[in-house]
Amino acid sequence: MPAVSKGDGMRGLAVFISDIRNCKSKEAEVKRINKELANIRSKFKGDKALDGYSKKKYVCKLLFIFLLGHDIDFGHMEAVNLLSSNKYTEKQIGYLFISVLVNSNSDLIRLINNGLKNDLNSRNPTFMNLALHCIANVGSREMAEAFASQIPSILVAGDTMDSVKQSAALCLLRLNRTCPDLVPMGEWTARVVHLLNDQHLGVVTSATSLITTLAQKSPEDFKTSIALAVARLSRIVTSASIDLQDYTYYFVAAPWLSVKLLRLLQCYTPPEDAALRSRLTECLETILNKAQEPPKSKKVQHSNAKNAVLFEAIALIIHYDSEPTLLVRACNQLGQFLQHRETNLRYLALESMCTLASSEFSHEAVKTHIDTVINALKTERDVSVRQRAVDLLYAMCDRSNSKQIVAEMLSYLENADYSIREEIVLKVAILAEKYAVDYTWYVDTILNLIRMAGDYVSEEVWYRVIQIVINRDDVQGYAAKTVFEALQAPACHENLVKVGGYILGEFGNLIAGDSRSSPLVQFDLLHSKFHLCSVPTRALLLSAYIKFINLFPEVKATIQEVLRSDSQLRNADVELQQRAIEYLRLSCIASTDILATVLEEMPPFPERESSILAKLKRKKGPGNVPDIDDARWNVNGNGNAEQSESAEGTNKFSPSLMADLLPTNRPRPASSSPTMLSAGTMGSAHPFTDLLNLNSSPSAGASLLVDVLSDSSTPASADVSEENFSRFVCKNNGVIFENQLLQIGLKSEYRQNLGRIYVFFGNKTSAQFLSFSSSVTSSDTLKTQLNVHTKPVDPTVEGGAQLQQILNIECLSDFTDAPVLDIQFRYGGALQNIAVKLPVMLNKFFQPTEMASQDFFQRWKQLGVPQQEVQTIFKAKHPMDTDVTNAKILGFGVALLDGVDPSPANFVGAGVIHTKNTQVGCLLRLEPNTQALMYRLTLRTSRESVSQRLCDLLSDQF
Amino acid sequence: MIKAILIFNNHGKPRLSKFYEHYSEDTEQQIIRETFHLVSKRDENVCNFLEGGMLIGGSDYRLIYRHYATLYFVFCVDSSESELGILDLIQVFVETLDKCFENVCELDLIFHVDKVHNILAEMVMGGMVLETNMNEIITQVDSQNKMEKSEAGIAGAPARAVSAVKNMNLPEMPRNINIGDISIKVPNLSSFK
Repeated sequence: MPAVSKGDGMRGLAVFISDIRNCKSKEAEVKRINKELANIRSKFKGDKALDGYSKKKYVCKLLFIFLLGHDIDFGHMEAVNLLSSNKYTEKQIGYLFISVLVNSNSDLIRLINNGLKNDLNSRNPTFMNLALHCIANVGSREMAEAFASQIPSILVAGDTMDSVKQSAALCLLRLNRTCPDLVPMGEWTARVVHLLNDQHLGVVTSATSLITTLAQKSPEDFKTSIALAVARLSRIVTSASIDLQDYTYYFVAAPWLSVKLLRLLQCYTPPEDAALRSRLTECLETILNKAQEPPKSKKVQHSNAKNAVLFEAIALIIHYDSEPTLLVRACNQLGQFLQHRETNLRYLALESMCTLASSEFSHEAVKTHIDTVINALKTERDVSVRQRAVDLLYAMCDRSNSKQIVAEMLSYLENADYSIREEIVLKVAILAEKYAVDYTWYVDTILNLIRMAGDYVSEEVWYRVIQIVINRDDVQGYAAKTVFEALQAPACHENLVKVGGYILGEFGNLIAGDSRSSPLVQFDLLHSKFHLCSVPTRALLLSAYIKFINLFPEVKATIQEVLRSDSQLRNADVELQQRAIEYLRLSCIASTDILATVLEEMPPFPERESSILAKLKRKKGPGNVPDIDDARWNVNGNGNAEQSESAEGTNKFSPSLMADLLPTNRPRPASSSPTMLSAGTMGSAHPFTDLLNLNSSPSAGASLLVDVLSDSSTPASADVSEENFSRFVCKNNGVIFENQLLQIGLKSEYRQNLGRIYVFFGNKTSAQFLSFSSSVTSSDTLKTQLNVHTKPVDPTVEGGAQLQQILNIECLSDFTDAPVLDIQFRYGGALQNIAVKLPVMLNKFFQPTEMASQDFFQRWKQLGVPQQEVQTIFKAKHPMDTDVTNAKILGFGVALLDGVDPSPANFVGAGVIHTKNTQVGCLLRLEPNTQALMYRLTLRTSRESVSQRLCDLLSDQF
Repeated sequence: MIKAILIFNNHGKPRLSKFYEHYSEDTEQQIIRETFHLVSKRDENVCNFLEGGMLIGGSDYRLIYRHYATLYFVFCVDSSESELGILDLIQVFVETLDKCFENVCELDLIFHVDKVHNILAEMVMGGMVLETNMNEIITQVDSQNKMEKSEAGIAGAPARAVSAVKNMNLPEMPRNINIGDISIKVPNLSSFK
């Protein structure tokens, strides 16, 4: 007999639903719903008492309306009243309404609690269950306060019905999750553990869930559960399935309970007691054996249930990671699944194998499946399965199979789904570097990467290849030859031009002996790409040209000709123009010796964690990147593990990519020419450091070069470091500047229109800094917009010591510029001058504003004047990760408004900029387009300059 | 823990939504849409697990779903649940619905949403699996129905009589609406692999 007979449906409800379903348009539907809502409202308000049937009917209608996505703002009180009814039907519908529609912050909770209390004390198991369900579903703090002490006693009382015990266990678990502080542990723990021995398997299942959660929080208190769990598991696994009657599911004995018990055991290390341990091993072996038996049913449910237990057993084996035989058996079992016709099993097998690959006992066994996994990569129809295959290949890679795996990943990359390309590029780059014995292979691999997926090759990847080539003498000639050949292609990716320009500029001489790659040929080749490239790449190429002048005097005239052309000297881009002018002057004035010194080959880069690995970690989140033998992770492959694995520390203030390579996109030419000089890399030991500080430090006149160049330098070019400036837009703390002598860290806090910055100067040397001074300068405009007060600092900084300075800031009106921190000190007799742009930006004076959807749109419309809106569309510079974007927008200072934008992918924020003179409300909207890897950012504020500035600041962050 | 249980049809119309964590109504609707978007574009015969949409928590959460004829049953769970276990739980849920409604179809879910909620409540509570034994679940549902009948007893008789009379003039009772493509016959499960 069917449990629900269809005849007893509620006619009014059925008619209403049919009406809705017959609505031809959304408007008609809304109209019909509003009519019904009005009807129900009047019924509820009316003086005629409704009978249970009508109440139920109306509540069902409300539920249906709610399910269609309409807000229900009444009926709550009626539902609460139903709780106190004596009739089961009415009570039940009241509880249903509450568990679907009432959230944990509702002000009705107190009234609901009253109803709950009566039902919990009623000793009627049906009513008690309803109450326990309601507590578990709503799970609010107030409910926890009211009932947390009562539920454990219901759970362990001897006379409680089984079904109530089940509910009580889960209810307690829910309360423990929401308010762990309110659920007292103690006298009842031992009795809860004992529930594992209960006759009723449903009770055991619920209790196991509860104990697992509690054991994760306080393992010691629940240690006794191990023995009971093993005993229980053993009885299930070895039972003839008849014993368990109803809990046998498609011939598998109590699969859910087995899974839960195996999960519980994963909270602990292997049992110490030998007998217990061998009993557990026996269980695990039995489960593995059963997998080999012929199936007792052809139904997919049978194999699913059986395999659910099997996968959990394997997870436990991997978690213990102590029984080599079991690990290898597990691996073989998973190997079989890799070729199973069920996609689900292949997916899970790939996933489990990933963890298995990191165990020393089974790493080799996992490797034997390489061909199957590669095949999966090629043939799987489902992208989520292919993704797992890529993960597994990455995890199983080692020196012996790296060439094969990298080759397969490369060939997969050509057809890979766009969504996972960038990740594959990073993985290939990491594996190629990590397992490179022969660095020519590494260079080939990365160039292939750029050739096949240039758009997905992030800067980190090509910076890294250059670092490695510069640090390794043996590969430089090969690299020069290879990039030269690669550049022959009629169309090459811009990233290849960058790598090519950089490497030929440094090492072009190594292949210049061959007439096919003579200096002039090299130059012509590079210059043929020049006009197709973006500004930063052109800037890099100009630097390569000046390096050529040093390497090959015979092309000097040709290059000077190019530099002298109007398209360079009068280029609209200030960076290019300045480079052309300075390089041309340098090549004309400086003697060969000076040129040779200025344009010397780059010194080796200091060892540090690969920026690529850091990037992958960021992308996947910490802990999701399998660490495979990180000792080998080192540019020079010399196994210097300590240095390479200071990872976590450096990660926080991860060394700026700029510092990685001194790339070309810094606006101030004097410090930014990548191949020339920089205080950062060349170091103060170098006699020419002060070239950079030409104008700001006349006392550096000892250097010959200053005289040589002083007439050609542009007057106002102060060397202000702003490389880290933009990284502070969305955060307040971090390292703003670092060179070989000095590290400057900032901690800032802002409230309304006031701010305070703590500046920490760290002396990285062992010697004193003398005559240390630090002051803040602002442009004249900025002075009227922003007050900055500095406190003087101690003139001496001891070696290795840190000095703190406090800056107080007051924002008077909106501003665009940033103040500059000027630092001067003497180190070893030489005067050092450092100027750092302080990250005081307009958005720091944001106060977030929460608002509801209607308010937002109303204000948005109010700011509809064209000048008030600024919009920009730009390409994503970083992976488009929602969480990261969320964090950035919050860090930017606005409140992130959920559920305002109709599209969930978009971000909407609101805030108020506080200045002394005025307050400016600001609304923003960011729309990512993950297909095109683009964003559209729209800002509306009442002030044009504010919109523009905020837009400039924020659009640079993604 | 199960974060949400969603049932919607091939066109994305929600037929049941049960969230075990609080979201605003708007967000709930967005999650349903997002989930539908993720699930519906997948081919048949691909795997039944995928990473959750960003509203529900991204890759820390997994969507486990089954597609029966016109309906998608989607459970959103965290990493503490066994994928295959949940997959079977969906099956138990559907089989239970089938027993309770006799050849359950989409219309049963529409017109008896309260019953579906009650059946689900016997299986999942506060995001945790409460009961997996189908007989036990049906026993509970049966006993509830008995109570309901007995309570309806005398009080409900007049209303039922009136509706019975009205029904005679209404040949098109909704329960008779049987649009071919809507009815699902669970025991065959042909569409699921």
